[in-house]
Amino acid sequence: MFKRGGTLLLVLLLTMGIFTGCGGQQPQQKNESEDSQEREVLKIGMVTDVGGVYDKAFNQSAWEGLQRARDELGIEIGYQESKQEADYEDNLERLVEQENDLVWGVGYIMGKQVKEAALNYPDIKFGIIDNTYDEIPKNLQPVIFKDQESSFLVGYIAGKMTKTNKVGFIGGVKGDVIDRFEYGYMTGVKYANSDCELLSQYAGAFDKPAIGRSIAESMYGKGADIIFHASGDTGNGMIAVAQEKNKYAIGVDRDQSKEAPDHVITSAIKKVDNAMFNVAKDLKEGKWNGGETIVYGLSEGGVDIAPTSDKHVPKEILDEVEKLKKKIIDGEIKIPQNEAEYKAMK
Amino acid sequence: MLKDIAFIFGTTFMYATPLLYGALGGVFSENSGVVNIGIEGMMTIGAFSGAASTFILLELYGNALWVPWAGFLIAGLAGCFLALLHAIACITFRADQVVSGIAINFLGPGLAMFLGGRIFGGSGTTPTIPLEAKLIRPFDTILKGKPLLGMMLNQYISVYIVFSLVGISWYILYKTKFGIRLRAVGEHPKAADTLGINVYQMRYIAVLISGFLSGLGGASLSMAIIANFRPTLVSGQGFIALAAMIFGKWKPQGAMWACLLFGVTTALQIYLGSPAVGLKISTHLLSMIPYIITLIVLMGFVGKSSGPAANGIPYEKGKR
Repeated sequence: MFKRGGTLLLVLLLTMGIFTGCGGQQPQQKNESEDSQEREVLKIGMVTDVGGVYDKAFNQSAWEGLQRARDELGIEIGYQESKQEADYEDNLERLVEQENDLVWGVGYIMGKQVKEAALNYPDIKFGIIDNTYDEIPKNLQPVIFKDQESSFLVGYIAGKMTKTNKVGFIGGVKGDVIDRFEYGYMTGVKYANSDCELLSQYAGAFDKPAIGRSIAESMYGKGADIIFHASGDTGNGMIAVAQEKNKYAIGVDRDQSKEAPDHVITSAIKKVDNAMFNVAKDLKEGKWNGGETIVYGLSEGGVDIAPTSDKHVPKEILDEVEKLKKKIIDGEIKIPQNEAEYKAMK
Repeated sequence: MLKDIAFIFGTTFMYATPLLYGALGGVFSENSGVVNIGIEGMMTIGAFSGAASTFILLELYGNALWVPWAGFLIAGLAGCFLALLHAIACITFRADQVVSGIAINFLGPGLAMFLGGRIFGGSGTTPTIPLEAKLIRPFDTILKGKPLLGMMLNQYISVYIVFSLVGISWYILYKTKFGIRLRAVGEHPKAADTLGINVYQMRYIAVLISGFLSGLGGASLSMAIIANFRPTLVSGQGFIALAAMIFGKWKPQGAMWACLLFGVTTALQIYLGSPAVGLKISTHLLSMIPYIITLIVLMGFVGKSSGPAANGIPYEKGKR
């Protein structure tokens, strides 16, 4: 009898361990400045995807944008973290119940849920990062980024800096978003150096560093000396190989030079924080562009190359990059965002 | 062509290594009669502890030669800690071994993310450890400037360790008194008990070894294959290790062949997807290759696999 009781107790303890384990690092809801003054203050909340709010990427960047909005505009902010796909809907609802004026979904994977929520609560404003729809409700604000522009610039740098005339690209999972990276990069490489050969391969996952590692090994082994990745955690394997083989790598989404300061020469960064801040600012001033997609490119400060690029990239190339930026903003250079546009351009 | 073969060879060993640590861990535990589906959780905590402790030791003591080794050892001990919980539940309290294993699989990642969040902030991703503080690559200097041999053999020490562990495990399990007792406890614990073998003690030792090896397997991911821990790092490899052990009929050498098979199919998947081969196949289909080949091999060539007779049955002294 005692044994059975003991077992139960142990299982109970283990289970509790799991919950405290999750609870500790994950404050369910953090509303800064709790006592709202008569609802004069705007209230904005965001739902993260499974990466969580401190993922050192996308979600963190979005949260930093909101924090800036709090500090500079006096907006009340909060977030809900999602542990799995099933949480998106609940988390969106929770933010609605907390009387947020604007509710963000961060990441294209919750595109469907955000639209449903927007249709269910027409009085509340919603926003989504990296996704858009054919029919957009008036209270929904999709934001997408011209990743092809930053990819073009890092592609240009790769094309100029390669000594073997071979560069690589590793993609996570094929789709609209990663296509923008791949074809933008390809165009940049060819623009810089039309003889340059490009090796491109998809890992089929965003969370398999061992696969990213092998793909990078194979590409470096075949003579590529610079590889760009748009593959999330998978790309970490690539950065590890770049270090071992003393080759160059290009990071994505945020400045990845910290991962390997001597080998990550630049990164194609995406400033989700700017987008979050700007929409908040507009809203505060009474402007709302829901129903239409906002596109953040170079000219809007939505994408760029990492500020640490000057460590490895020669100044002449960076100067040319600055000129290219201008040309892109002025529309002199058109950058394709998928295979069809790429072929049409040739 | 030669280059491609060298690539497949190298990738096979790289990919098989973490699996093989986990599978060998399973071999020890299950040969003593304790089912261990908690390998995944033990690998996760090992991966975290290895990367985290290496980083912390590096901050404290600078770039000493012993730092990565200490990290590797701590990873093993972290695996041991979870294994101890599993052992207490399954051996002393005779809990259902599968249930306890599942609990371990929740506990491992939960604990890793909790501690990671507390120590480093954020969602449990540890800071990157520099190349010099990762595990060593023993042949790095010898193989400089030899691309082909380098691709095949310039591996981290963790790879060489695990393949020597296969031989050592085989020797221990089949040629030493300890190993024969351990297997006896897994086959017929009552007979072993009658002959004066302490069944509980043997099982405890086996489960702890299992945790230690799984922890090392995790560290071979976070300290060699890449250079930090992140919550997505292990993602299911503990279960593949478990499958490899069953596939290898609960024997160290069998588990090795199974892990190499998983490794070579993964390498093949990457090779076939590479632009040089130029196959226009969707990556989704390519990523199924390892599992499809495994199913075919399991159906066609392996035959019936049966584990130790008393595997999964808690032993109760004096029960008829």
